[in-house]
Amino acid sequence: MNFLTYLINGISLGSVYAIIALGYTMVYGIAKMLNFAHGDVIMIGCYAVFLAMSRSGLSPLPSVALAVIACTLLGITIEKIAYKPLRRATPLAVLITAIGVSYFLQNMALLLFGADTKSFGSVVNVPALKLAGGALTISGTTIVTVAACVVIMVGLSLFVKRTKAGQAMLAVSEDKDAAQLMGVNVNATISLTFAIGSGLAAVAGVLFCSAYPTLTPYTGSMPGIKAFTAAVFGGIGSIPGALVGGILLGVIEILGRAYISSQLSDAIVFAVLILVLLVKPTGLLGKQIHEKV
Amino acid sequence: MKKALSVVLTAAMAVSLAACGNDGGNAAGTTDAAAGGAAAESTESGAAGAGNEAAVGNSADAGSGAAAGEAFKIGGIGPTTGGAALYGNAVMNAAQIAVDEINAAGGVNGYPIEFKFEDDQHDAEKSVNAYNSLKDWGMQVLMGTVTTTPCVAVADMTAADGMFQLTPSASSTDVIENDNVFQICFTDPNQGAKSAQYIAENGLASKVAVIYNSSDVYSSGIEETFIAEAEAQGLEVVADEAFTDDSKTDFSTQLQAAQSAGAELVFLPFYYTEASIVLKQADGMGYEPTFFGVDGMDGILGVENFDTSLAEGVMLLTPFAADADDEATKAFVAKYEAAYGSTPIQFAADAYDAIYAIKLAMETAGVTPDMSVSDMGAALSEAMPNITLDGLTGEGMSWEATGEVSKAPMAVVIKDGAYTAM
Repeated sequence: MNFLTYLINGISLGSVYAIIALGYTMVYGIAKMLNFAHGDVIMIGCYAVFLAMSRSGLSPLPSVALAVIACTLLGITIEKIAYKPLRRATPLAVLITAIGVSYFLQNMALLLFGADTKSFGSVVNVPALKLAGGALTISGTTIVTVAACVVIMVGLSLFVKRTKAGQAMLAVSEDKDAAQLMGVNVNATISLTFAIGSGLAAVAGVLFCSAYPTLTPYTGSMPGIKAFTAAVFGGIGSIPGALVGGILLGVIEILGRAYISSQLSDAIVFAVLILVLLVKPTGLLGKQIHEKV
Repeated sequence: MKKALSVVLTAAMAVSLAACGNDGGNAAGTTDAAAGGAAAESTESGAAGAGNEAAVGNSADAGSGAAAGEAFKIGGIGPTTGGAALYGNAVMNAAQIAVDEINAAGGVNGYPIEFKFEDDQHDAEKSVNAYNSLKDWGMQVLMGTVTTTPCVAVADMTAADGMFQLTPSASSTDVIENDNVFQICFTDPNQGAKSAQYIAENGLASKVAVIYNSSDVYSSGIEETFIAEAEAQGLEVVADEAFTDDSKTDFSTQLQAAQSAGAELVFLPFYYTEASIVLKQADGMGYEPTFFGVDGMDGILGVENFDTSLAEGVMLLTPFAADADDEATKAFVAKYEAAYGSTPIQFAADAYDAIYAIKLAMETAGVTPDMSVSDMGAALSEAMPNITLDGLTGEGMSWEATGEVSKAPMAVVIKDGAYTAM
């Protein structure tokens, strides 16, 4: 029974990683850049919900909607100001810029909201589910997190496969120049990707803070790094890969902590990542794209 | 166009950085102003003040920037921002109250005290930087640092400089390894052992679990002695679970282990930020043991937006309860509330006592501000074991030459959203 509880906790944590990893993986797939500021967009999303709920007294759903809008706008703004001018620059310049944006957001939050820890009230009001005569409790947050993760994954997959904009994303991710020649608006597509990724970051942030209820300007950095690991684990650039990578990472982390060592859980996670990359350098579901000469 | 944009952005960045600097400045400014108010008040209330001394005249020397040799310069270091900010601010505020009281009453050995506090964000590296900048300011005695890990780093620096250091709240034994460092709070071994004794003597539980931060000296130090003493007291430690600074958001696994091992009491020897997550997660999984904390738990009620009903029934071992009804505590609490608008926590009381302990040691040793830092340090270190202080955190506090304090601990329980003496 303990094992089941650990497993459920792992899936819950993994679902959050998966939603964050989506942001990394989509941006990487299309713009071929690592958006290290993604974790901090999550943090901004959390603060938006926190302020909407505790200061303005809004109910949870409108607050989350507000946070999604705020993060979407933030994502588009960051892309326009920081990344777009560097579209033809070396990958290293873009990477450094992303790190700069990350620090900028953290310090901006420090300035605006202060460094004090805020306690984040859960936005989830679903009662806990008790199974097997109370021996197994699944908290409301866990249920909502996993459900949200599944809905987002299915929705995003359908969006990419069935809509014109989604097809444009696929085209840009395969070959930017060819897509442009075929009449795809590359800049608009990249902006759209940032918008979706950042909107999802807000959702992920809300779920993360509901489960682990403290909020500081640095809240986003650790889950950001873990989710980036999850994206690499599952195969960066692949949407189902983010799901698989995220869930596996969460489960390994929790089970490692429970059965091997509570101090080494992070080391175990990264050891597994190294093993996977040794055997399959593109990640679990990553595709090897051969460059044609 | 692009150039214009980048210029605007650079300017924005510069402004934001400058604003960061300003922020610190403002904070310090407000403290000064507030402290000034407290000083004025202390002269008004006169002998009723907790200073145990009648106010002698209006010494307006405080903060007027006396030249070297005309005032004692006491520095303070602690986190006024970041995860442990409540502690640093409490220490800074309370120390300022004590300094103003002393200055209003005529100073120490006829000289006023100047006090300056620097932020270290509970980070060892920043703490050393803060120490260096205080030294540039001319600090002669260090009241700090507030938290343990930075304090261990700074203690090595003060030992090298021969500076007298009195920490209000850094509780590890590593802190007082050097002869020049003394503590106001209990040492970690003491906290761990006393907690185990308290639990056993009051029959709070027979099966206990411990969750601790293995990457923090403070937390692991208490855990070690708690386990040893718990076994000596016949308590059964059914789960001993660790976490680290990199994984301090999810405690479900540790709580699960405690629950399935049947622990009736969970001992939480770490700071309130993590403790608030533990309480929330335990509530989420329907696990309701008695939670028992140490001084790091103090402040949990001050976290913004924290649902205080989660902390209902949480016990902690602390030498100070703001609702105690002795005169000194009442006067201090009233003064603190008037100046800063919040109820002082144990760290505030520690800092208040620290300033008075420094004063007493200075008077006993008969030091003057024109002495060199190391001469003064040696004289004060020699005087410390000979003084006895009736402070807010204990009657008849005395010190070993090793730096350890001896006083009686007290347990408080959180009831109706407030700390209540048991």
